Amino acid sequence: MKCDRCNKPAVVHQVIIKGDQHREIHLCAAHAKEAGVQNPGHPPSGFPQGKIKPGHHPGQVSRMPTCPACGTSFSRIRKDALFGCSKCYDTFGKGADIMIERSQGGATHHVGRGPCGSERDAARRFESRRLVEELEQAVRAEQYERAAELKAKLTELADHPRADGGNS
Amino acid sequence: MSEPSTDDITTSDSLCEDVVLSSRARLARNVAEVPFVHRCSTEQRRDIMARVLPALDTDTASEPTTWIDLESATSLQRRLLFEQHLISRQHADAKGPRAVAVSVDELLSVMVNEEDHVRMHAMAPGLQPGVCFERIRAFDTAIEPCVGWAFHERWGYQSACATNTGTGIRFSAMLHLPALRITRELEKVRQAAKDLHLAVRGYYGEGSESSGNFYQVSNQITLGCSEEELLDRFVNTIVPGIIEYERSARQVLLRRNRIAMEDRIDRDLAILCSAKLLKVDEAMRRLSSVRLGRCLDIVKTPSLQVINSLFQEIQAGHLQHAAGEKLSPEQSQAARAELVRSQIGHH
Repeated sequence: MKCDRCNKPAVVHQVIIKGDQHREIHLCAAHAKEAGVQNPGHPPSGFPQGKIKPGHHPGQVSRMPTCPACGTSFSRIRKDALFGCSKCYDTFGKGADIMIERSQGGATHHVGRGPCGSERDAARRFESRRLVEELEQAVRAEQYERAAELKAKLTELADHPRADGGNS
Repeated sequence: MSEPSTDDITTSDSLCEDVVLSSRARLARNVAEVPFVHRCSTEQRRDIMARVLPALDTDTASEPTTWIDLESATSLQRRLLFEQHLISRQHADAKGPRAVAVSVDELLSVMVNEEDHVRMHAMAPGLQPGVCFERIRAFDTAIEPCVGWAFHERWGYQSACATNTGTGIRFSAMLHLPALRITRELEKVRQAAKDLHLAVRGYYGEGSESSGNFYQVSNQITLGCSEEELLDRFVNTIVPGIIEYERSARQVLLRRNRIAMEDRIDRDLAILCSAKLLKVDEAMRRLSSVRLGRCLDIVKTPSLQVINSLFQEIQAGHLQHAAGEKLSPEQSQAARAELVRSQIGHH
């Protein structure tokens, strides 16, 4: 596995867990020193503080989060650049999202065919969810004009679900 | 010079066969609720084969295929399939339960238990990725209800590798780019391809080197655009751009020193017509030169079809298959030279 900051092999691996979120840090010796990581068991200065788990070492039982369906850890997925199963996509949440988006030039959702010809349904559902999230944000920020616009778009999407060229 | 061949490159201009050897469309699919191949047990891999095989039945699939169990196939059979671009090198060399189903015309193949549970490919000569796409889409549509693919509401068709997620489709074209290599413009193509999220690979795809100045160009992005959008961009923007660049480079070479170019191509043809021993790299290189000469009308024969076929027939597996026995390296070189002479050596 490569260092997060350069292409050298990472020698320090840490998993930072905050609530249900986790973040992994992989650094080479030079960058670990620069970040103030002397002992893999202690958090480097400048990194978010939370519950720290030491990296996996030979002979040590891994405490990294693993997919309950296939048993693959996220560090293994990063190392191999391969998911273990379809459930990994949700199990590793933001980490998996970032991995996919990075390898897909920033694309954030599927557009195109779905199971048994459900053309573009996935895109419509995603768009609907995105609008709802944006609407909630607009309401929280008291941007009522923007909220009205988003609500109109949501209504339009619900009223004309097949206006996107779908065929099922 | 002997009589001109009957094939006229200009009549097949829409296929751009002067630059494009072949096109291909590939779909990556995985069976729902089963770990991806690299995390599967042997038993699970057998189960996948048992689920996919009935879906390829003639009553279900859009066209008949022949099922080949690669675990029990000979190394020569696997090598032939690889040389025909019907399976990847990885699939040919792997261990464990895996298979391939091949159509009657040997232009469609379905790899089972490669990096993904199922990878469907369709090929066609020249620039015809749309034809490949229609064929592979029909095949996928027919078998999907029988197998049930892993599909994520946000990410689309799920794949072991994030680079295949979404549509799972990859369009590719095998391009013959000798002039861009000679004029040292190939690096610019590589850089432009990178900026456009395209992969440039060798003659046998991922992990292979260029041979005979062939380069496989394919889309790297499979997410965020529909299959039709990806196809449209590939066939109407990306590939035509490279084709025009190669054609311009060919004209530059002719203008710069036509006589030197003719000399080089005629020499390569003469060697192919008389050599008694040919290594595969040398044969590929000289055939590439003759192909360029044929497309520029510097040589009138052999036909483009003959040259294109030779690129495959001179591979070690094909020679051994034709000979019906295992060949030593020297026997293989002699068989290759004899084959080339017999195909083009009458000039």
